[in-house]
Amino acid sequence: MQADATTRIHPRCDLAPSGGDPHIEVSDLTMAFGDNVLQHDLNFTVERGDIFIIMGGSGSGKSTLLNHLLGLLPPTRGKVIYAGRSLWDADEDERDSLLRRVGVLYQSGALWSSMTLEENIALPLGEYTDLTPRQIRELVQLKLALVGLAGFEDYFPSQISGGMRKRAGLARAIALDPEILFFDEPSAGLDPVSARRLDDLILQLRADLGATIVVVTHELESIFAIGNNSVFLDIEAKTQIARGDPRRLLEECDDPAVRSFLTRGREPAEPAR
Amino acid sequence: MASPTPAPLAAAPDLPADTRLEVTRLDAESLTIRITGRWVLSRDMPDIVAAVEHHPPLAALRRITLDATGLQAWDSLLIAELRRLKALCTDHEIALEVGTLPDGARHLIDLATAVAPARINRRSRGRLGFRTAVGVECTRAARSTADMIGFLGETIQALGAALRGRARFRWVDLFEVMQVNGPAALPIVGLVNFLVGMIVAFIGSIQLERFGAEIYVANLVGIGVVREMGPMMTAIILAGRTSAAFAAQLGTMQVNEEISAFRTLGIPPMQFLVLPRVIALVAMMPILVLYADVIGIFGGAVVALLKLHLSLTLFYEQLVGAVTVTDWIGGLVKSTVFGVIIVLSGCLRGMQAERSASAVGAAATSAVVTGIVFIISTDAIFAVIYITLGI
Repeated sequence: MQADATTRIHPRCDLAPSGGDPHIEVSDLTMAFGDNVLQHDLNFTVERGDIFIIMGGSGSGKSTLLNHLLGLLPPTRGKVIYAGRSLWDADEDERDSLLRRVGVLYQSGALWSSMTLEENIALPLGEYTDLTPRQIRELVQLKLALVGLAGFEDYFPSQISGGMRKRAGLARAIALDPEILFFDEPSAGLDPVSARRLDDLILQLRADLGATIVVVTHELESIFAIGNNSVFLDIEAKTQIARGDPRRLLEECDDPAVRSFLTRGREPAEPAR
Repeated sequence: MASPTPAPLAAAPDLPADTRLEVTRLDAESLTIRITGRWVLSRDMPDIVAAVEHHPPLAALRRITLDATGLQAWDSLLIAELRRLKALCTDHEIALEVGTLPDGARHLIDLATAVAPARINRRSRGRLGFRTAVGVECTRAARSTADMIGFLGETIQALGAALRGRARFRWVDLFEVMQVNGPAALPIVGLVNFLVGMIVAFIGSIQLERFGAEIYVANLVGIGVVREMGPMMTAIILAGRTSAAFAAQLGTMQVNEEISAFRTLGIPPMQFLVLPRVIALVAMMPILVLYADVIGIFGGAVVALLKLHLSLTLFYEQLVGAVTVTDWIGGLVKSTVFGVIIVLSGCLRGMQAERSASAVGAAATSAVVTGIVFIISTDAIFAVIYITLGI
């Protein structure tokens, strides 16, 4: 199980594009809680402008990987490199400045419940920019309008619906015009139409803001609709077993675990005997 | 023409000198705005709308052309400005021509103006007149008391079910609540009551010494602690400790919809959650108060010994003569009622909690306040009853 640091484990299906403009690189990353290894020797690259999907079954460590990428939890081993700078080798100030270019939409929005939507979005703007109050208010109104929540500035998170909370969370995530946007299970808890709208919004924001987008999800519809690159974390192998465009993986990858996932179990992981 | 790419807000440098805004009124009906350079985050970014308003009259204006051919970089602050400009144009029925903007910027403006702002009735938070405020507070206090009595009724119903052996709760919950609010509370209850006993003895000794009646410090400490200070101090400590904890526990369960889950499964939360807590506290309070009384008297005895040089034997003899069994029982009866108040205020506020994180904190605070207010007022009622009965 312990792979030598020099020999990289190659995924069984590797359709990852090469020679792009790497924005986030993960190299030889191992995540473990004590002796319990969740995933080992993860290697993948998110290219600039990608919509990159981190997929895998429940319990495969997707959310833990997200925490490593977001600087919330140091990995057991390995590196996370943002535009050439290693996140976990940097000192605290440098890590903060790297992470300031990153926006995150948490699973349930994670809005601060004691603040109105306007205050939620204005807080990062007030902390990290020297804009005038009028400019901040305009930006807040713009971001809320972009996610379709114009007019809800004075509402508290508890006064709006789950789908609206998620969109408000997105407005906060894009408050600082981030270069990289992370989404944790964006369609969880949304009806199909709202989920689809959120997917469209993600595509539009990628095109207009020019951001790189990383999505953690197991929602197949979204995976095929928006993803152009991915990594598949397998529970059994405890490492990635596929990389690349999910639609091409569906066509070309013949690994049973990947096929089973991408076809919602229509093609069983273990061939029938 | 290479289209300028958006720049990240946080990394943007100060506004360079080549960022310029030129507004030209061509004739009565048309106006051009030329933006050049880097339009990125800066508090010095020119205000486009204000610049347009410098060229009145707006009413005659029919067309605004935005010339962005010299634009080198932009971010959402420019979009926010242009969104305001577009709103201005819509208000005055002016056509806005933005064809030279980069595609991304145009899309963002369209996206931002696609959904009209929701028309929302702002809840007026006007100031209430004095009489209205008094009325609102009185009805709130009345409702709070009614809630408490209703809750007491529900608890008694649950207790009735328990007596007929039909209540559903887990014994392990009961024992856990007993452990946390009995033995685990001993150190803090002991410390506070020891100090209170000392304080009572200390204050009393100063007065009694003047009459040479030092020995009566035993009466003072004994009756004071057993009838009043022991039950009350213990109840107040538990109101802070237990009541707040119950409110936070049940409030969190309310937030997670755990209480709704009990209801839908046909398990009355009153039986499953409140009943074990009531039983545990009713069982534990008298024991805790008995312990508090003993420790409090001991605190008084220490002061009597060190300050008044009364021997412990003498103190004990005097105490036994002064404090009757009725005093002890009166204190313990009172403490049982305090125990019920503590549980009810905690559980009531927890069950009433709204579904948000701040509501849990509010429930805990409210539980402690409710608990202490009811404890003190009940204590006053008990004082009147005991005196009337001549106890």
